[in-house]
Amino acid sequence: MASTTYPPARPVAKPVMAMPGARALGDQRAVATPQAAATQTGIWVCVCAIFMCFAALISALVVREGASTDWRHLALPRILYFNTLVLMLSSYTLEVCRHRFAASVRQEAGPSETPLPDLFPWLYATILLGSIFVVGQYLAWRALEASGFYLATNPSSSFFYVLTAMHGLHVLGGMAGLIYMARRLARSVSIKQASALGATAVYWHFMGFLWIFLFLVMAIRL
Amino acid sequence: MGKVFCVLLVIITLVSVYPIIAHTWWPPPTISTTGPSVDRQLDETMVGTGVLFISSQLILAGFVWAFGGRKGKIKNWPGGHKPVVAFGIIIVGLEILSLTFVGSKAWAAMYLAPPNEHALRVDVQAEQFAFFFRYAGPDGVFGGVHPELISDATGNYFGLDLEHDVASRDDIVVGSLTIPVDTPILLTLHSKDMIHNFYVPELRLQQDIVPGLEIPLHFTATKAGHYEIVCTQLCGLGHYSMRAFLDVLSQPDFDAWLKQQSGD
Amino acid sequence: MSDTSAQPEVHHHGPPQAFIRKYVFSLDHKVIGLQYYGLALVAVFIGMVLSWLFRIHLGWANMAIPGLQLLSPNGAPGGVMTPEYYLSLLTMHGTIMVFFVLTNAPFAGFGNYFLPIQIAAEDMAFPRFNMMSFWTTFVAFLVLMAAFFVHDGPPISGWTAYATLSSVGKAAGPGEALGQDLWIVSIGFFCIGQLLGSLNFIATTLDLRTKGMKLARMPLSTWAWFITACIGLLAFADLLPGAILLLLDRTAGTSFFSPAGLVVGDVVQPHSGGSPLLWQHLFWFFGHPEVYIAIIPAFGIVAHILPAFMRKPMLGGMRVMIGCMTAAAFLSYMVWGHHMFVSGMNPFSAITFSVPTLIITIPFTVATLIFLGSIYGANLRFTSASLFSLGFISVFISGGISGFFLAQPSIDVYVHATYFVVAHFHFVMAVAAIFGIFAGSYFWMPKMVGRMMDETLGKLHFWLTFIGVYCIFMPMHYLGLAGNVRRYAAFTDNYMIPLIPVHKFITIAALLTGAAQLIFLYNLFHTRFWGPIAPENPWEATSLEWSTPSPPPFDNFGGKHPVVYQDPYEYGVEGPQDYVMQTAPGKVTAT
Repeated sequence: MASTTYPPARPVAKPVMAMPGARALGDQRAVATPQAAATQTGIWVCVCAIFMCFAALISALVVREGASTDWRHLALPRILYFNTLVLMLSSYTLEVCRHRFAASVRQEAGPSETPLPDLFPWLYATILLGSIFVVGQYLAWRALEASGFYLATNPSSSFFYVLTAMHGLHVLGGMAGLIYMARRLARSVSIKQASALGATAVYWHFMGFLWIFLFLVMAIRL
Repeated sequence: MGKVFCVLLVIITLVSVYPIIAHTWWPPPTISTTGPSVDRQLDETMVGTGVLFISSQLILAGFVWAFGGRKGKIKNWPGGHKPVVAFGIIIVGLEILSLTFVGSKAWAAMYLAPPNEHALRVDVQAEQFAFFFRYAGPDGVFGGVHPELISDATGNYFGLDLEHDVASRDDIVVGSLTIPVDTPILLTLHSKDMIHNFYVPELRLQQDIVPGLEIPLHFTATKAGHYEIVCTQLCGLGHYSMRAFLDVLSQPDFDAWLKQQSGD
Repeated sequence: MSDTSAQPEVHHHGPPQAFIRKYVFSLDHKVIGLQYYGLALVAVFIGMVLSWLFRIHLGWANMAIPGLQLLSPNGAPGGVMTPEYYLSLLTMHGTIMVFFVLTNAPFAGFGNYFLPIQIAAEDMAFPRFNMMSFWTTFVAFLVLMAAFFVHDGPPISGWTAYATLSSVGKAAGPGEALGQDLWIVSIGFFCIGQLLGSLNFIATTLDLRTKGMKLARMPLSTWAWFITACIGLLAFADLLPGAILLLLDRTAGTSFFSPAGLVVGDVVQPHSGGSPLLWQHLFWFFGHPEVYIAIIPAFGIVAHILPAFMRKPMLGGMRVMIGCMTAAAFLSYMVWGHHMFVSGMNPFSAITFSVPTLIITIPFTVATLIFLGSIYGANLRFTSASLFSLGFISVFISGGISGFFLAQPSIDVYVHATYFVVAHFHFVMAVAAIFGIFAGSYFWMPKMVGRMMDETLGKLHFWLTFIGVYCIFMPMHYLGLAGNVRRYAAFTDNYMIPLIPVHKFITIAALLTGAAQLIFLYNLFHTRFWGPIAPENPWEATSLEWSTPSPPPFDNFGGKHPVVYQDPYEYGVEGPQDYVMQTAPGKVTAT
C-alpha cells in the first residue's frame, strides 16, 4: 500500500483542461482530481444543454418564418456590433487572467496567503465588460422599440427579443460565476481553483461563441 | 408461487386474446374504398403480434413454472445470447419490413394520392363545438371566406360576404354531411378556432383540422347509410359532444336532396 | 477488502447536525433521493385519486360525487362533474403522473440514492446543484397544485397542451386562464430541476467511479440512469423554450403558435401567422424521449434485480442490455412524428417517422427475449421484488405489442386518439414503469431504511395489482378498436353508448386496484417503524450497495474507498456461496 500524499490519480475519461503551463511543472498536483474532472465534465454538459435550448429556438424561428407570410425583416440595431466586440474583448481579458493565474501558481508552488495583484484587474475587467455587454443589449432593445418593433409587433422581433433575452440571462449567470470566482481567488490563489476557473472560462467563452452564432442567424434570417 | 404465477398468466393471456378472436368489440364494417386495405393491415398486424404476444407470455409462464424454486446448477440458454439476439432482429425486422411496404401503400392511397378531378367538393368548417358543411351551389363556385364576418349568432359559420360576394349567395351551408354513394368526395377542412378532427370510423379515416391550414381529405363511400362524424382532437369543454352526421345517399336521392337545398 | 489509498480524499462536506441541514435542505444524495421518492409517492396518490374521480364520472355521468363540490364549486356544482372539470382532472392526472411520478421515482428517486453508491462515490458530483434540483422540482409541484385553487380551475388542454386551445388564453374556455399559465410555469421549473439532476448524474457517472469500476462494470441500473440523464438533458432543454414561447403567446400577444383569422366564440383574436403544428413538434421532440425517460430506468432496475433472484447473470452479459438501452435512447430522438401522423403535417413525413418507430421495437424486443432467455435454467427465487420484476416482463410485452399497431400510419389512422392509444401508454408507463418502481422499492427498501418489508403483504400487493392492471387496461384496447374516442367527458354518440358497461367495469377495477395499493402504503409505514432489522446483504446480491451497512453511513462507505474487482452479476459461481461480490478480489470461476 503506497502512502504518498497525492497518490497517482486514476486515468480520467476526458482530457483535462489543465491550466496553461501546468504540464511544464512536472508536478503531480497538476493532474486532475476526480472532483476537478467532474467540474470539467459538468460544464460541458451544461454547454450541451444550453446549446440544445437555443437550437430549439432557432428551429422554431425557421419553421415560423416559413409558416406564414407575415414576416417583416428587421434592421438590427447598430449597437449590437459594439456589444459583440465588447464580449469578444471580455473573453480575451479572461484568458489573460487565467494565464496570470497559472503563472501565480507556478511561482508560489503552493497555496498563497496574499493574493497576487496581477490577475485581479483582468478578472474585474471581464466582469465590467460583461456588464457593458448586458447594458448594451438593453440599449439595443430600446433602439428597436424606438423604431416600432416591440415583442409582439412581428414574429421577427419576437424572436429577436426572446433570443437576446435568453442569451442575456445566461450571460448574467456567467457573471455570477465570475464574481464567485473573484471571491474564491481573493481568499487564496492555488491550484485547487484551477478546474473551477477553467469551467468558468469554458462557460464564458461559450457565451461568446453562442452570441456570434445567434448574431449571424439573426442578421441572416430576421 | 411460480406455479400460481404461471397459471394466472396463462389465464390472463387467454382471456385477453379471446375478445380479439371473437371480434367482441371490433371496428364497424368499412364503407370506404380504402377501408379494406386498412383492415388488411390491421388483421396482418393482429396475427403477427398475436403470435408474439401469446408465445412470449406463455414462454414466460412456462419458464417461471419450470425454474421457480429450483436449486440446481444454473443452465445457460443453449447457444448463448447470439441466437436470441439474431432471432429478435430477424423476426421483428422481417415483420416490420413487410408491414411497412404494404402499409405505406394503404397510407399513400388515402393521403398521398391526388383527389379525383371530378370529385364532389365540400368545404368543412370546424369550430367549438360543431361541424358545418358547405356546397358550392348551382353556380359551382364557392364564395370567399372572411374570418371577421364569422358569426355563430347569425348563422354565418363560414364568414361569407353575402352582400358583396355573388358567388357565395347560393352556397349551401348545412350541419350534416350528405354525399352520394360511390362518388369521389373531396373535403377541404378548415377550423376557425382550435385544432379539431374529422373522424368517421366506418371510413377508416381521420384528419386533424388545424386553424390556419387548409387540409384536403378525399374518399369514396361505398354503402348508403347514416354514420357519425366525431371530433377526436381535444378542443375544449364541448369536445365530447362535437359531432355531425354523415348521410350517404343513392345518387337519385342525393340529387333530390341537393335540389331541395338549392331551392331554399 | 478496500484500499484506502485508492483515491484522494474527496470530502465535499462533513455530516450535518442541524435538522434543517440534515432532513430539509440536505446535500446528501441519499436524503435527496428519498425526498424525490416521497414527492413521487404524494404525487401518485393525488394522480390516482384524480383518475378515480373522472373514471367514476365516465361510468356514471350524472352521479354526484360527495365532497367534489368542496374541491371546486364551479367545476362540480352539487358534486356533479362538469365536462370542463372532467378535462381539468384529466389534464392534471396526466401532468402529475408523467412528470412528478414517472420522471421522479425511478430516475431522480432511486437514481439519486443508488447511483453514487453503486459506483462507490461519496456523493453526487455537485451536491448543492442536487439539492437545488429537488427543491426546484418541489416548487414546480406546488405551482402545479396551485392550479386547482384558482378561480377558473386547472387547464383543460391535456398534458400535451396543444395550441391553439392552450395558446389563446381565456377565450378558449374555462381552465384556460390562470390555470394554464401556472401549468406552464410549473413545467418550466420542472425542466430546470431535471437539467440540474441530469448534470449531476452524467458528471458523477463519468468521473467519480471508484478504482476498478470500469464503465462495463457498472450495474445495469446505473447504466439506465446514466442513459436516461443523457436523454433528459436534451429533451428538457427543448421543452423549456417551448414552454416560454407558449407563455408569451398567452400573455404577451406574440404569435408563435396562434395563426391569423382565429375566431373564438365570435371574437376575432389578434394573432397572426403562428403555427399550431410548431408547438406539436417542439412538444413531441421532448415528449417522446420523455416516455423513454420513464421506462428505461424501470428497465434497468428490473435488469439489475432479476439476476439476484435468478442466481445467474443476464444472458449475453452487460453488452446486450446496454446496447438495447442505448439504441432505444438514440432512436427515441428520431420518432417524435409518430404522435403526429394525422396532425396535418406533410403525409410523406408519416412514413419517415414510421420507419424508425418500427425499428425501435427491435432493441426492446431483443431485451425482452434476453429477459426470457435468462430465466431459462435459472434458480428462481420468489420475493415481492422478483415477482414485480417478472410481472414487469409480462406487462411490458402487453404494452409493447400495441406499439406495433400505432407505429403504422395506415393503422393509426383508425386508432389515433382512441382508447387504443390510452391502453398502450398506460401499459408501458402506468403499469410497466410502476412495476419497476415497486420492484425497486421492495428490493432497496431494506438498504434505505435498514428494515425488511413484510413479504406476505408484498406478495399480496403483487397478486392484486397484477390482476387489477390487466382488468383495467386490457379492455381499453377493445374500446379503441371499437372506435371509442379518448378525452371524452361523456359518451353520447350512438356507437359509443353500448361501450359504457365496459367503462364501468374498468372503473370498478381501477377503484379496487387503487385500494390494493394501500397495502403497499401500509407496508412502507409499518416497515419504517416496526420492520425487522435488515442485514447488510439480505438478497445475497453482488453490487456495491450491498457491501455497506443498511442504511449506509453518511459518506456511503464509512471512510473506506472500495476497490472493484468483479463484474456486477457474478451469480451461479462455484464455491461455498453461489455469488461473488463486486469488491471481492480474485478470479471468478463461472459454472
